[in-house]
Amino acid sequence: MPTIVVDVMPKAELLDPQGKAVAGALRRIGKTEFSSVRIGKRFELTVDGPVDEKVLAEVRDIAESLLSNSVIEDVVAIHEQGA
Amino acid sequence: MRIGVITFPGSLDDRDAQRAIRLAGGTAVPLWHGDHDLQGVDAIVLPGGFSYGDYLRCGAIAAVSPIMTEVIAGANAGLPVLGICNGFQMLTETHLLPGGLIRNEAGSFVCRDQTLRVENASTTWTNGFTAGDEIVIPLKNGEGGYIADSETIARLEGEGRVVFRYLGVNPNGSINDIAGVSNERGNVVGLMPHPEHAVEPGFGPDTSAAMRSGVDGLTIFRSALKSVLAA
Repeated sequence: MPTIVVDVMPKAELLDPQGKAVAGALRRIGKTEFSSVRIGKRFELTVDGPVDEKVLAEVRDIAESLLSNSVIEDVVAIHEQGA
Repeated sequence: MRIGVITFPGSLDDRDAQRAIRLAGGTAVPLWHGDHDLQGVDAIVLPGGFSYGDYLRCGAIAAVSPIMTEVIAGANAGLPVLGICNGFQMLTETHLLPGGLIRNEAGSFVCRDQTLRVENASTTWTNGFTAGDEIVIPLKNGEGGYIADSETIARLEGEGRVVFRYLGVNPNGSINDIAGVSNERGNVVGLMPHPEHAVEPGFGPDTSAAMRSGVDGLTIFRSALKSVLAA
């Protein structure tokens, strides 16, 4: 069955404490070539039936309304897995 | 005066909020997230806790609960609504209050008795205070950093809608030390600290008078009771 992937990231201008903690861990284990880490979310929505424009429009709607909060996050990508 | 407290899966402080309402002189009415019924209450408290395990975003799944349809309609019609901690997060997720709450700046959970300044004593939930009052109530959160874009912050500050501000320590990196905000009408208030944990001598924060004697949270619940009586 087809799967649609939605990627959500915290807004670039906001501090991402989770990413900061991981960046600190990288420094501590000697991986010094990475200056920062940001952590986002990936949603995989399995679709019953074919992926058409109507389904994609529905995904765009729920990505903005439920899967992300536009005050603190951005939907950075919506795509069909493997497509 | 009947104040409803809505229990969601993962609510923690619903019983404490009910107790606070009773100690303030009101009748507490337990309400259930899955119902479409506010049982005719005069005001609503969205309690603290970790609804739905904070999955997705804090308060986001609770914000689309069945009962929230009635809460949003009621709030927009003037029903007093108080969101405490996770309840504040729900209010931002429903857009009844502007802004959002993100993980604490330091990355760790914070639990402390927190001093606040009451900035606006004209909301439904703060009319028993005088603007400038300093109160101490417990704070306990992992995602309490209040943020909004600069235009929203300027509007909130300009319209006096910053209701509570952290004093001394900013525990979570909130912009402008904001601890609580209100909607335009002042009937909907959200704050991260927990007034329901400072309502009974022996169980509140320490004060200079005696250990655990702080009951500053009572005034918040009494304010709502007074507003409802006056309405």
